Order: sequence, then structure tokens, then C-alpha cells
Amino acid sequence: MLSKSFSRLETRYFYALVALGAFFVFLGYLAMHTMEEHGHIVTGMNNQIVWGIPHVFAIFMIVAASGVLNIASIGTVFGKTPYKARAPLAGLLSIALLGGGLAVLMLDLGRPDRIIVAATHFNPTSVFAWNIFLYSGFFSLAVLYLWTMMEKRMNVWSKPIGFAMFAWRVLLTSGTGMIFAFLVVRQAYGSALLPPMFIVLSFAWGLAVFHVVQSAMYAWNDKVIDPAVQKRMKNLLGVFVLSSLYLVATYHMTNLYFAKQTGFELFILRDGGIYPMLFWAGYVVLGSLLPLLLLYLPGLGNTKSVVSASLLVIAGSFALLYVFIIGGQAYPLSIFPGYEVNSSFGDGQIGNYVPSIYEILLGVGGLAIAFLITIISTRVLNSLPQDVAVVAAKNDK
Amino acid sequence: MKQVNLDSKPNLDRRDFLTKSSVGLAGLAVAPGMILFDLAHGREPGEAASNLVRWGMLIDNNQCETGCDDCVTACSTENGFSGGTKATDSQWIRKVQLKDNLTGRVSSLPMMCQHCEEPPCVDVCPTQASFKRADGIVLVDKHICIGCRYCIMACPYQARSFVHEVITDQKTEVPRGKGTVESCTLCVHRVDKGETTACAEACTKAGHSAILFGDLNDPESAISKRIRAVATTQVRADLGLNTGVRYEGI
Amino acid sequence: MKMVTRLAAILFSVLIATTAYAADKPQTPHLDVGKGGQCVEEPQSMRKIHMNLLKHQRDETMHKGIRGQKHSLADCVECHASKTTNSVLGSSEAFCQGCHEYAAVKLDCFECHTSKRKVTAEASK
Repeated sequence: MLSKSFSRLETRYFYALVALGAFFVFLGYLAMHTMEEHGHIVTGMNNQIVWGIPHVFAIFMIVAASGVLNIASIGTVFGKTPYKARAPLAGLLSIALLGGGLAVLMLDLGRPDRIIVAATHFNPTSVFAWNIFLYSGFFSLAVLYLWTMMEKRMNVWSKPIGFAMFAWRVLLTSGTGMIFAFLVVRQAYGSALLPPMFIVLSFAWGLAVFHVVQSAMYAWNDKVIDPAVQKRMKNLLGVFVLSSLYLVATYHMTNLYFAKQTGFELFILRDGGIYPMLFWAGYVVLGSLLPLLLLYLPGLGNTKSVVSASLLVIAGSFALLYVFIIGGQAYPLSIFPGYEVNSSFGDGQIGNYVPSIYEILLGVGGLAIAFLITIISTRVLNSLPQDVAVVAAKNDK
Repeated sequence: MKQVNLDSKPNLDRRDFLTKSSVGLAGLAVAPGMILFDLAHGREPGEAASNLVRWGMLIDNNQCETGCDDCVTACSTENGFSGGTKATDSQWIRKVQLKDNLTGRVSSLPMMCQHCEEPPCVDVCPTQASFKRADGIVLVDKHICIGCRYCIMACPYQARSFVHEVITDQKTEVPRGKGTVESCTLCVHRVDKGETTACAEACTKAGHSAILFGDLNDPESAISKRIRAVATTQVRADLGLNTGVRYEGI
Repeated sequence: MKMVTRLAAILFSVLIATTAYAADKPQTPHLDVGKGGQCVEEPQSMRKIHMNLLKHQRDETMHKGIRGQKHSLADCVECHASKTTNSVLGSSEAFCQGCHEYAAVKLDCFECHTSKRKVTAEASK
């Protein structure tokens, strides 16, 4: 099954990385066990902030999982050759990220022992119930897709499966946006803009993760990526980062225009302490503007700046998700418009959230699961993108 | 020539028959409803909750006294929780102090699950653990609740709590457990016995009578009579949820 | 090859023998049945199907509000809670815990339901 033989040193590095990944998975397991044994009291989550750091990690991974398959879609659906070569790696990464994200989400449940109940009782109006189908379908399609790309006899099927995958992804990522969009009463959510916003975010985050993994693979295999391909892919990341910024800006601008939403928007953008800080410094400057500079400034655009830009985009994504998920819950519900309220249950008060080590370890454990799946599958399967330099540089077909 | 019936008396036999049979049919149509209507007020053991009844509450903001939280205490005692107010403690009912931004009027009222007709929590629950019973009470079936907290995100009234720690010594009629979501059950275990809710009982005992519990579908019930007589409103009526809990005086 | 086959045969026979020996003497748990008396169903039938009965009853109670029926969990606890500890849990002889420990089946009911018999105010003095 090995496509080539590995040197002794390479094998040692591989096992060291696997051990590192396994160690963090183990820490994540310990955290999960503590949470299950003692309840969510050990976390920073409470009755005002019910979704916390684990959800930030999980939603990042799930959205990125969908987005990373975009690279494959550009190859299969839109016929761009350099991307076709990258489709298998994209497929593997997608499965790895989705696995990690779902693991975190399911292990954070109040009753993770009831996953079977979730898989056998369905509420037709619940996005979470739809997601059971959407995610399992995604997994199966991704595995099928990989098979059609890696098995020569099945190559002819890769286009129809690729199209199905593309459509499925749009549904799935819109579904992730709809989780929030259907929460009509929360001022942070309840917007039809969220499904498309999540789709564009998925493009940016998926491509950023892909850049990091691809560059690492090339570096560790002593290969250099074709500069023409690198240039195309980095420009594409720039386009996605810009589009994401546009949609996030639109979302906030429209919200600001509703008089009843102004309080919430000012909280997120100006008055909320950690939330405006994470939003402006984390997402806008470090997560969008600085990467754009690194990607587009003439003289930059080499591998180092692409990897830095990608890592910054990923960091910015965590900042954005923190503001979106946790900031969105911290701001009190407007139950009695026109009244100033207070109560013993947090009415009228900004919710307080301090993440605990258990939640952080659980989230990191999910990333470690994705890391382990990636590193093992890329070693075992032939997924290093092989470019034909002339073709990539000259034409698009 | 056709024989004309010169009889001056109309054919009473036919009319009689039609009148009597239609009255009889109408009686047959109404009678089952009347019988069930009677039964709705005191369910037989073994009889299921029915949608002929819709349980609701009317809360009078004018009567509710700021500083009194007898309803909250009664709820904790009845349902077996600590009554603590840490951010991780369950609170099924809470007193909310209100100050009108424009007029400055200060008042307070209890806020709990509003038992909506179109509950958002029921729409979003992945396993249908959050459900609305036939008689309008919104409940969490903790046997199938997986603790995802999506319903807490969806509730417009912040009515639900997540159980953050291990619970022991539950009340027999009120099972509660770690990792599931819970909220005001409208004292379903008492209602099923024909009693009223603990909060309504406590408020009446305290002399305020700000909480009135009853059957919204029964035009003769105290609550129905009152909401016909005075202006009442639903909290966040703009959401179109048709809550079972109504408020007077806000 | 021959040695391996021989060893495998010996190991296999030892395993079969010990299993057979164990089957000869079932160490069924000794349970504190609480109030005891006539159960709502036959004990042997109960051992097999009590979960099915409870699952059906819980839906009746939860969704239809039908309480106090034959298979009510509260009534099971009322009868079977130990007369000393008033609980169906707490030791390897406790009614529910004893059998479940023996059969190694996790008890989920008492995560939410009380394992204690309802004691009236006078009796608890």
C-alpha cells in the first residue's frame, strides 16, 4: 500500500508526530471523561452561555471540512487541472476535519451516551436532525469521491460524484449557517445572510488549512511547489478572504440599521470588551487585512508568506467564531423591549464566560484527531499533489 | 287532472320527523363533546391528556409585589432543586424587576416557560425530546434528551436550564438529571391530579393572587373570564408564538 | 506446527472446561427485595422484559400524562426499595443495583429518577 519506501529518519519523524497527535487526543479524552463524569459544571459554560469553546473548535473544523473540498470541486466540477491533482489530498483533509469536528461536538453533549437516540429519533424541523443525514452522507460521498479519484477504473465516475459532492457541500454548509439563522429571537443570529456567509467562510478557511497542510507536505518531502500553481492558489485565498470580509461587513451593517439591534451591534463592535477586541484585532486585522497584505503585496507571495497568511486566517476564524457564538449568547435577550430589566437569571446582564481547561483540551483533542487522520492517511495513500508544470503554467484546462 | 291536496293543514309528520331527527343528530354531535368536556376537568386514571383543554396562566403585573419571591421558592420546593442562583443553577421561574425606560415605572413579575402554542424549542430539538403535550404543556422528555442545548439557544424567554451537575434526592414526581435540559413543567404532576401549579398556590397564599392558572379552552374558567374582561398581553407577542402564559398590566 | 496445534488444543479445552464449570454454579445475586410480596408480573418474565414494560410506560406517562399504572417506575421503587435504606441502589444487594451489577448492564433510570422510596413526613421522623 505504500507508494514509496521511507527513510529511517522519515519513519522516525512520522512516529514522533503520531505520538504527539495521540498524546493530545488522550488529553482530549481525559477532558471529555471529566466533563461526562462531573457534568458541565467543570466547564465555563452556564445557563446563559450554553455553547462555548468546544463549539468554536467544532464549527471551525466542520466549516473548514466543507471548504477544503472546494479545492477538489474546482478541479472536478470546474475542470481546472492543477486542482484536480490536489483533489485526493483535499478529500482526505475533509474527512479528517469533519471527523475531528463531529467528535468534539458529540462529546460535548450533556448525554454523549445517547448518540444512538440522536441517530434513531428525528425531528423533521430540526437542523440538527437534518445534519445527522447531511454529515453521514458527506462522509460517505467523500469516501466514494476518494475512491473514484484513486482507483483508475473508477476515474470516470469522479465527475458525477464530484458534482454530487459539490451540491451536498452547499446544502451542508448552508445547514451550518441555518443552525443559527433559525434562531429568530437572538439578535446575533436570525439572519438569512448566515447560510451564504458560512459558505464563503468555508471557502476561505478550507483553503487556508489546505495551504498549511500542502506546504508542510511539500517541505517534509523535500519538494517545491510549482510557483505558478502557488500563485493561483494564494490569489484564490485572497479572493475568499475578501469575500468573507464583505459578507461579515454586510451582516453587521444591516444589523446596525435596525434600531432594535443597535445595542447588540455596539456591544460586539465597540463596548463589549473582549468581543470587539477579538473582532477587530483578531478577525479583521490579523485574520483578514494582514493575510491580504501577505498574499498580495508584490515581493511577497512565496511559501513562507502564504503559510503565515493561512495560519493568520485560521487564527482569525477562531476569533470570529468566538465573537459570533459566545458574544452572540453573552448579550441578553430582549424579552421586554422598552424596559430595563434585571433578575436572578441574568436578564438584562451581559453573560460571563471563562473557558476552562477541559473545554480547551477537548477542542484541541478534536484538532489532534484531524491531525492524526491526516498524517496517517497521507502516509499510507498516494496523496501528494503531483503537478505537470507546463500544463499548470500555460492553460487552465 | 292531478288531484290537488286541498288539506289546509301542512304535512306535520314530515316536518316533525325532520325537526326531531335534526335535533337528535345535533344532540349526538354535541353530546360526546359535552361528556369529554366534563371529564377534562378531572381526568380518570388511565386517560390521556387531550387537546380539548389548554392549560395557561394569567399573571397580573399590578398585583405582583416587588421583593416577594414566594412563587420562586414554591417552585424550588415543589420540584426539588436547590434554589441557588449561580449561573449554573437551574431556575424554572424567576422574578424579573422591570423599569419602564420612558415612564420610569418600576414593577416586577415572574417569568417562566411560556408554554407556547408554536414553541421554538420544539422546532429545534433534534430528537423531539422537547415536545408539546396535547393539553398545551411544553415538556422535556428527559429519556431522549441528549443535552445539546439547542432549545436553550432557541427559547425567546430564556426559560430553560441545563443541568450542570450530578443530582441526587430528586422528588419522586419530578425526575431531573445531569446532562439534560429542563424548564417549568406547569407542575404537570399536580395538574394531572387536578391541582393547580405550585407558584399560583403560593402567590394566592401570600395574598397577592397575581398568578391565575386554568383552562384557556374552557370559557367558564376563571382565567378565560378574566382575559375576556381585561386587557392582557403575551410577552414578545410579535414572535407569533401564542403563549399559554399571559400578562396583565404591562 | 504440531506443537502449536497441541498448545491451542489444550488452551481451548481448558477454556471450555472452566466455562462449563462456571455454568454449573450460577452465582446469582442475593437481593434485598424490599417489601416483596406479589410482583405486578411474574419474576422470571420481569427479569427479561422489565425494560420493555418501563419503556412503554414512560412514553404513556410522558406524552399522555397517564400516571400510577401497573408498570409505574415510582411504584416499583415503592415496593422494592430496601426497608433499611429506603433505596434500590447503594449496595450489591440493593434490588436494582445487585442484578444490574451482576449482569453488567448500566442503570440509566436513576440518573434522573429518585432511587428512594417516597417517605411521608411522619414516617421519616
